[in-house]
Amino acid sequence: MTHPYIPNAEPAVRAEMLAAIGVESVEDFYADIPAALRLNRPLDLPAPITSEHELVRHMGALLGRNTDTTEALSFLGGGCYPHHVPAVCDEVNSRGEFLTAYAGEPYEDHGRFQAIFEYVSMMAELLEMDVVNVPTYDGFQASGTALRMAARYTGRRTVLVTAAIGADKLSKLHDFLAPDIEITMIPVTETGEAAAFTVDDTVAAVYLEYPNAYGVVETRMAEIAELAHARGALLVVSADPIALGVLAPPATLGADIVCGDIQSLGMHQSYGGGHAGYIATRDEPRLVAEFPSRLFGIAPTAVPGEYGFGDVFYDRTSFALREEGKEWVGTAASLWGITAGVYLALMGPEGMRELGETVLARTRYAMDELGAVPGVRVLHPEGVHFREFAVEVGDADALLTALRAHDIFAGVRLDAGTLLVCVTERHSKDDIDTLVRAVREVRG
Amino acid sequence: MRIGLIVNPVAGLGGAAGLKGSDGTEVQREALARGATARAGERAAAAVRALLAARPDATVVTVPGAMGEAAARAGGAEPELAALAPGEPSSAGDTRAAVRALAAVDVLLFAGGDGTARDVLDAGPGVPVLGIPAGVKVYSGCFAVGPAAAGLAAAEFAGSTTEAEVVDLDEQAYREGRVSPRLYGTLTVPAARVRLSGRKTGSTTAAPTTVEGIAREVVARMRPGVRYILGPGSTTRAVGRALGSEGTLLGVDVVADGVPIGIDVSERALLDLVDGHEVAAVVSVIGGQGFVLGRGNQQISPRVLARVHELTVLATREKLAALGGRPLLADTGDPATDARLGGYVRVVTGYRESVPYRIVPASEESVG
Amino acid sequence: MSATVESFAKLPIEAKPPLRRFHQARWDEPIIFELSSPGRRGIGVPEAGVPAVELPAAVRRQAPPALPEMSQLHVLRHYVRLSQETLGVDVNIAVGQGTCTMKYSPKVNDRFVSDTRIAELHPAQPEDSVQGVLEIYWRMERMLAEISGLHRVSLQPNSGSAAIYTNIAMIRAYHASRGEGEQRDQVITTMFSHPSNAACAKLAGYEVITLMPDAEGHPDIEALRAAVGPRTAALMITNPEDTGIYNPRIAEFVELVHGVGGLACYDQANANGILGITRAAEAGFDLCHFNLHKTFSTPHMCGGPAAGASGVAEKLVPFLPGPTVEFDGERYFLDADRPQSIGKVRPYLGVTQNVVRAYAWIMALGAEGLRQVAETAVLNNNYLQHKILQIRGASAPWGRRRLEQVRYSWEELYEETGVHSEDIGVRAADFGVHYWTSHHPYLVPEPFTLEPTESYSKEDLDEYAAILAHVAEEARTDPEFVKGAPYNSTVHKIDPTCLDDPEQWAPTWRAYVRKHLS
Repeated sequence: MTHPYIPNAEPAVRAEMLAAIGVESVEDFYADIPAALRLNRPLDLPAPITSEHELVRHMGALLGRNTDTTEALSFLGGGCYPHHVPAVCDEVNSRGEFLTAYAGEPYEDHGRFQAIFEYVSMMAELLEMDVVNVPTYDGFQASGTALRMAARYTGRRTVLVTAAIGADKLSKLHDFLAPDIEITMIPVTETGEAAAFTVDDTVAAVYLEYPNAYGVVETRMAEIAELAHARGALLVVSADPIALGVLAPPATLGADIVCGDIQSLGMHQSYGGGHAGYIATRDEPRLVAEFPSRLFGIAPTAVPGEYGFGDVFYDRTSFALREEGKEWVGTAASLWGITAGVYLALMGPEGMRELGETVLARTRYAMDELGAVPGVRVLHPEGVHFREFAVEVGDADALLTALRAHDIFAGVRLDAGTLLVCVTERHSKDDIDTLVRAVREVRG
Repeated sequence: MRIGLIVNPVAGLGGAAGLKGSDGTEVQREALARGATARAGERAAAAVRALLAARPDATVVTVPGAMGEAAARAGGAEPELAALAPGEPSSAGDTRAAVRALAAVDVLLFAGGDGTARDVLDAGPGVPVLGIPAGVKVYSGCFAVGPAAAGLAAAEFAGSTTEAEVVDLDEQAYREGRVSPRLYGTLTVPAARVRLSGRKTGSTTAAPTTVEGIAREVVARMRPGVRYILGPGSTTRAVGRALGSEGTLLGVDVVADGVPIGIDVSERALLDLVDGHEVAAVVSVIGGQGFVLGRGNQQISPRVLARVHELTVLATREKLAALGGRPLLADTGDPATDARLGGYVRVVTGYRESVPYRIVPASEESVG
Repeated sequence: MSATVESFAKLPIEAKPPLRRFHQARWDEPIIFELSSPGRRGIGVPEAGVPAVELPAAVRRQAPPALPEMSQLHVLRHYVRLSQETLGVDVNIAVGQGTCTMKYSPKVNDRFVSDTRIAELHPAQPEDSVQGVLEIYWRMERMLAEISGLHRVSLQPNSGSAAIYTNIAMIRAYHASRGEGEQRDQVITTMFSHPSNAACAKLAGYEVITLMPDAEGHPDIEALRAAVGPRTAALMITNPEDTGIYNPRIAEFVELVHGVGGLACYDQANANGILGITRAAEAGFDLCHFNLHKTFSTPHMCGGPAAGASGVAEKLVPFLPGPTVEFDGERYFLDADRPQSIGKVRPYLGVTQNVVRAYAWIMALGAEGLRQVAETAVLNNNYLQHKILQIRGASAPWGRRRLEQVRYSWEELYEETGVHSEDIGVRAADFGVHYWTSHHPYLVPEPFTLEPTESYSKEDLDEYAAILAHVAEEARTDPEFVKGAPYNSTVHKIDPTCLDDPEQWAPTWRAYVRKHLS
């Protein structure tokens, strides 16, 4: 059988093409590869499954060994969140034209340019900032790049990073900022917020998360912004945009660069495959010049009333000062940007507010209910929490295992005695009550 | 939009006649005697056609007769004529006079070769200029790649300019089989502002390397106590600028510990300045053939080079690419020095970027 | 029924003209904010059902975000229209994006990733609840290890460039572990290796030395000899390079670098023509990377998410990003206890959807199928080259022997007509196809790079070549017409000048309204 994915494997066509070129066999094309470098045996791979039906069965058997979060009751978050994904989001990002398009040119792929321009524009409204990039890989990358931008902008090499940051993200920052930038940690107080700290004139940026790794909302951000600005440092804030229907946009509290992950805005959890990062700044040319990513802008065309698009300030990478620590721009996460745009258009200002209020209320409810279980202590109970909170449970592994038997994934293990519990609009009051009951039961 | 046009009607004559250049009336007569025809007029007409196709409203301002009017009309323009009466055949002086007469234009196009470019440079044009390549020798950076490209670049000019080097060969030497390019200065040309649609995101944003980046790299690597000889050229001058001094475009300068200690020095002065010190020479590529030594920087003589511990060449990657794989050339006048310099030299192409590139004695490489 | 209509056309239908009478969808769609009407909603949200929380004023949003307010159909319709104004592989002959290996992405593979048993998996779930996905990661790693001949493979990187960065981070960690981190501060690459190699090396703090091509178009081995030394950390090289030319002395390159204690890292973005024919291991490489969205068929998704794979020889295994997926004969599990690991390069294990798709793609092909992919990609490329070089004004430097792609030049056409390669590409859009010029620097003048992977039929290649031949002819007869393109696209020629002017540029609607509508 000619393989369904390879039309010119058909022998007659192959012969016709070889004849047209004037060579005997495809081996002639490989004449430059020396014999010593040839693999003189077939690759040792599993036997192919060439019928689609059998492939579906094979994959179905593998997938059958997963238990997903529609089957179990999951309170797992910690960077990847179970928000509801509207059907229209899936519909749009499954469109073959979008799904299979290359990164595109302004003419062939006008629709892709417009969709991404609209995504950055809706993010800009949510963030109240005028410049938002075409998505980068994920929130980790966005934070790393935002901090490098701040270092280039200020010409300084130290960043103060909140200790209320996920361990994996911090690991990525350490790797990505080396060797140019040094990280100093800002401790966290009993309330879950950043402790008091000082800024000197070696500091490029103060970095906060909003909400932070414990789900706590920093309430002193405006003060911290003033502290940073007084010594010429920037305030860089990683914010989950899903919270900004109710939380004040960091820019209004003094943040200079805002970044984060957009997985919450219409992407499935997909075992960690739904991430994309954003970076936003005000419209200041010197700051815009530090974006390593693409920025799309409106441009007029030869026809009145027609929107064209193109790259804003494309040549910024040739600026002499950018040659130090130049970052790459590659295939990143555009389709998730388009999807997040669809999500924000569906939600609108009211939907974002309602969602935020629901998450705030249910988070507090879950904190109160779980906190009332003997042997469970909620950390940072006085803090403002959005979507997540940490609880001390004694033996975390034992509790997780016991609840697993109830088909409950109770939370992300932070350490031997602490869990991070995540509550979204997908968790009804009943779901929370089920969790609390189960905890009581296994504790009792 | 007003576009000036000057044609050197005898440019390119010598090439067809196998005379390797057309400088001087004797050579031109000889070429005509051999039956050569000038192609500058045709090339200029092609540029005008391309210009008008893109900008039908453009006004061509030119010189009566063979120095522009004929080509402008052949290209479909109704030219405005300057009040000039050039000689027949026209001379270098006529070219200079025309440059001065056509001062009120947006861009001045001139059809000719490197010799014509020198005449334009000498006249000191007050507007951006762009060469229509029509000469036998076209090694200067102030030329477009072809007539149509020149016309289009003029049509698309929107005010952004850059500096381009004017380089010329000594034609007498050239006819004797030696290529001897020399840097004469720089002209202001329209910046070729090609907006690249080829911005695939599957790629790194790899912008062209900049002269400033190269200069920063050289400065970053300078060590205390070392005497740095900076050869002529706009790239080496950028090194001086990065250090905060002006330096010379055409001469040889010396810096030590970040400070200029000799500007536009002679060989003698150079020897005195470097005596007893560790010495590094920083030179750029002169002209399109790849000469780095012995062309316009004879002050950096074999005697000086004998004291140089480290030779660095500066070039953008685009300039190296334009060599098409040919080596860099040393022609110091001393075969032993040239041979000693042969091998791979470090070419700085940007900040923390370099290319190891082959350099050979000019005698080993047939050029021209 | 009375036939009162005069007949104006006859059966049979005439043959199609040689070139497709294409017109791209042109919906003339407004910007989404212009479709907003106060009070409309696209989707409902669950009510809290528990007491509300009052936020402190310091962090309470004051004004609602000015997002569009639209009903569901109108959001959907807007985006479906925009999708129609986008040319995916599903609808065009995507051979014009050389180096990007645009191929058919089987639809069945998309089903696996939209299945809730992938889509609704949280990456921190207990291992017993994710045995299926872990097995896919494990099996995929084994298959890529076999395809490269290297020891282990990390599927964590987000893309090809991220995999290159992962490799450079491992190289840095390796030398540091041997006390040579400071000393080895140079990375060597070549002019026609993907530019991300140089960019990632620079970002990681290295000085970059680039080898120019020699007269045959191969990187100059003598220049490498001159460049290697005690400061050499690594050689990062693509082969075949972005020209489509395979460097036959690649093993010598690797040996030269090994001879001075450096590592050799193989950028296998261009692996599509050599699958099952030659591997990283045979040439002696210590590291390599693949792009799952190129060679292994996962869709490009308008520019990601993609997925990269970093392969390493045994001595580099300790430095792999963590956690790794392990198998004890019964169960699959994660190993995060890796003290020498470079750490995380992204959240969690990888872009799972693309790992699943690529796994299913390899399973559908097997060893023989992969070899057929390679051979057909190379055949297609040589056939297309044969057709392109018949077009007057098109050329390919350095002879004709190419594997899976060719970097061509329109230099001759440009000198004759003043029409740039870029203009040709825009005009080609009028016939419904993509076209890409090339990376900087333009060593090849007026470049264009075609890579016809195994997915395209002979008829597709004939059509693509015919389009370029037609546009080249147009450039000769009416260059201004070509430069005025596009005519049959969604929009007309764009004036880009405002995009570089800070007073005018509008990177968001918000900025546009502020600068131009207020």
